[in-house]
Order: sequence, then C-alpha cells, then structure tokens
Amino acid sequence: MTVRADARAAAAHAARTAYGKLIATLAKRTGDIAAAEDALGHAFAKALNTWPETGVPEAPEAWLTTVARRAILDDRKRAATAAAGEPTLALLAEERAEFCGGDPRLGLILAASHPAIAPAVHAPLILQTVFGVTAEQMAPAFLVSPAAIGQRLARAKAKIKAARVPFTAEPPDLTDRMKRALDAIYALHTIALATADGVAKERADDALDLALLMTTLAPREPEALGLAALLSFSAARARERRNGEGAYVPLSKQDARGWDATRIEAGEALLSRAAELGEPGPYQIEAAIQSVHCHRSRTGRTDWRAIATFYDVLVTMVSSVGAGVARAAAHGQAFGSEAGLAILTALPEVQAHRYQPYWAVRAHLSPRGEKQAAYDNAIALTEDAAVRAHLTALKAAHAAA
Amino acid sequence: MQYALFYFEAPAEMAKRSDPAAADGYWAAWMGYMAMMREKGVIESGNALEPRAHGTTVRGGPDGRVIEDGAFADSREEFGGYVIVSVPDIDAAIELAGHAPCAASGAGHVAVVPVWQMQAAA
Repeated sequence: MTVRADARAAAAHAARTAYGKLIATLAKRTGDIAAAEDALGHAFAKALNTWPETGVPEAPEAWLTTVARRAILDDRKRAATAAAGEPTLALLAEERAEFCGGDPRLGLILAASHPAIAPAVHAPLILQTVFGVTAEQMAPAFLVSPAAIGQRLARAKAKIKAARVPFTAEPPDLTDRMKRALDAIYALHTIALATADGVAKERADDALDLALLMTTLAPREPEALGLAALLSFSAARARERRNGEGAYVPLSKQDARGWDATRIEAGEALLSRAAELGEPGPYQIEAAIQSVHCHRSRTGRTDWRAIATFYDVLVTMVSSVGAGVARAAAHGQAFGSEAGLAILTALPEVQAHRYQPYWAVRAHLSPRGEKQAAYDNAIALTEDAAVRAHLTALKAAHAAA
Repeated sequence: MQYALFYFEAPAEMAKRSDPAAADGYWAAWMGYMAMMREKGVIESGNALEPRAHGTTVRGGPDGRVIEDGAFADSREEFGGYVIVSVPDIDAAIELAGHAPCAASGAGHVAVVPVWQMQAAA
C-alpha cells in the first residue's frame, strides 16, 4: 500500500518537475512533441505498474526517458517507417547523459515561442510542454473550449515537426525569441488573472513558476528577472484583489496588510539581481512600479511621483496604449487631474478609444459633468463581471454626488 | 531538411526586370543573392518565373477543361520564382529567406514551406 503510494508520489513528482525536461529530451531529434507526449504517458503508466514491485529507481527521470524512448522506437517499427539503422543503444545512452547535463527546457520553451508559430499559441504550448497542463485544464484561463485549444496545440505541434523548428537554447534570434517567451508568460499571467475561475487562477501560479524557471534557465537575462519580479509582486497581492464576496477591489482600495510579505521580498530580490546586470527593460520598469506600490504595505502611502517617473521611462521603451494610459493615471495621481487628462488626450485615439482602461481612467480624472459618459464607455468595454459591477457602482456614486 | 522558398514581388518591383533604368540593379541584387546561396551549397534547384500575365490557369479534367489567361489571379503580388534549399532547420531557411531582395527591400515577401516528406525522418 505504502509502496504503491510511494511509487505514485514519485511518479507524480517526476511528472511536475521533470515533465518538460523529458518532453524536450525525447522530442529534440525529431521535433515530434506529440509522439514524445504519448510515449511519456506510456512511461508514466508503466512506472505506476512497475515501481510498486521493483521500488522507485535511483534515477527516475532517466528510467522514464528510456522507457519512453523505447516506446517511440517500437511505434516507429510497428509503423514500418525508416527506423532501420537507428543506433538505438547509442541514442539511449546519449539521452541519459543529456539528462545529467544541462536543462533542455530552455530549447523547448524557445521552440514553443518561435516566430513561425502563432503568438496566441505560445503560452498554451509552453504550459503543456513544460508542465504537462492539459487542454481541459488550461481552457478556462483562455476563455475557449478545450477542443478549440486542443486543436490549436495539435496544429502548432504538427508545424514544429513538419517545418523542423529546432530545440535550441541558442537560436540566431535569441534576444527576440527570449522576449517572445517572456511575453507569452506575461500574457498567460494577465489572462489567468482576468478570469475569476479557480482553475484559471492555477494558471497564474504557473506563469509565476515559468517566470522563475526562466531566471534559472537564463540567469543573465535581466528581463527574465524583471518579469519574475513583476509576477512575484502581483502574486503578493492576489488575495486582496477580490473581497469575500468575489467583488473586484482596485489596487488603491486593497488592504496592504493582507499582501504577502514573502513574495514582495522575493520580488525585491529578483529586481535587484536584474538591476545588477545594468540593462533596463520594460519588465524591469514595470516591476519597479509594482515595487513602489508594494511599499505601501510598509509605509502606508504610495509615492505617485516615483511611479509617474517610471512610467515616463516605460513609454520610451514600449509604445503600447496600455503604458500610455497607466502613465496618465499615475500623472493624474502625482500632479493632478489636468496633467493626467493632458496625457490621455495626446494618445492615439483609434486604439485608445477601444481600450477599457482609457475610459476608466478618463472617468476617474474628468470633471463631474463629463464622468458619466466615460463610465458608460468603460462599462461597455468591460468583460469581467466583477470589474463591471465595480464601475457601475462608481458611476452611480458620482451621479448621486 | 528541404524547404521551398517562394519569392513574391510587388508588380512594380517585377516590372524593373524590363525597365532599362532599373534592370541592372534588380538583377545584380538577385544574382548576388543566388551566388551567396550557391556558395553555401544549399540550393537543390530553382528558377525565376515569367510574369503571371504569361501564365495560364487550367481547371477541370480533359473533358470539362476550363482554361484562363493568366495565373495567380487572386494574389496582389507577382510570383517571381522559387528555390528548393537543403538546410538543417527552419531557422536556417528563414535566414536565407531574409536575404532575398524581395524581402530585404520590403517590395514583396518570401514564403518558406517545408518539402513534403513521404517518410518521417528519424
């Protein structure tokens, strides 16, 4: 009984910590992620049957690789394809050795973030190949059906195999690819956070885990550290984002005493490691902004002038409407509504007017007579029911005042 | 791995081929590009193509054949030519594609498509 439970626990542990390494190792030569997943599933099943009898092997991950590799080779023989001449033993030995060497997951993550793969599927593909998250488990976070996301994943895996997207930690466009990988992880965080569902929340934790993994896989990449810091600060406040009834609580109204001090400290440590590398980037600046917000848990106040300055730097690095709107909000807090409104008005109208936060900030900063229309626009563009309720209440409060 | 690189050009770009003022520069760029790939030893085969106005579209079998003047009628761009290259992976193929005059100049694009393999290589 306990032996069986031990075997199950060891297999489960191997699954979470080694899943991505195993997929990367198995799929590296052929680019065939789907075949690696099938083989690994077979190997995990065999482990659950065998380990209770034989005990957990000394190197469970190497054991799983070997069994999975044999399953792939058997499959190929059965399909009577060109398996002839495959130096099976040499391949097995090589893969075992690889396992003891570096971490192959960076190559896997960078392959999943390849520009030849549609950006919308980067995050799902990373989630699935690195942590083994299923289409069913991730569908709620992406607000699509499991079938739809499964189809996208299958298409991406087929493309990686057919077009031979290499699993390399040193692609020719490393800087760009690293940015795409980090953007995918950040997108996963944003999407998961916007969804109130409990399963989706686990994906936000996955995003933090992935960001932290990136800092170990690419320790000299300052933006990876910046992103990990940013997500740590965000995770620190996760509990206070909704009240007991699940209603949305904006940052300014959150009880800073409820923020997670350990995660704030972790964020600060990551951010100083990034700063030591002397290469500022957007994620580091965003993390710095969140760091200032988190200071409120100790000082009881928010240094809006510091935040406004960081946003001034951020908009020189990224040209997104989101950064511009956030900068306007910060300047509104630091230097008065007029300053914030001036920045809002200077933003490109076409994009800004379709962007919910633009109207939420405009409603907040506008003089009384102009608030109602801005709130209406913001409410119309809000998808999250809790946020919509919050804005509707604000609008009503101003109408009454 | 073999990839087909399909070169698409804006009609105005392809028209340079027969424009005395622009033809030399146009061909020099393509010759240089092809020479670079030949030096690398990656080209399996390839050809430049006549303008699509010289092409013909055929639909239906021998019995119900419909023949139309012109090819790629739905495309905004001319299909200027193609090569089949043999390189290790998509990154190498993308690198080659990026040096094509029609991509580098912004006057067109390159489509990179793997050649179908009847048997999956190990």
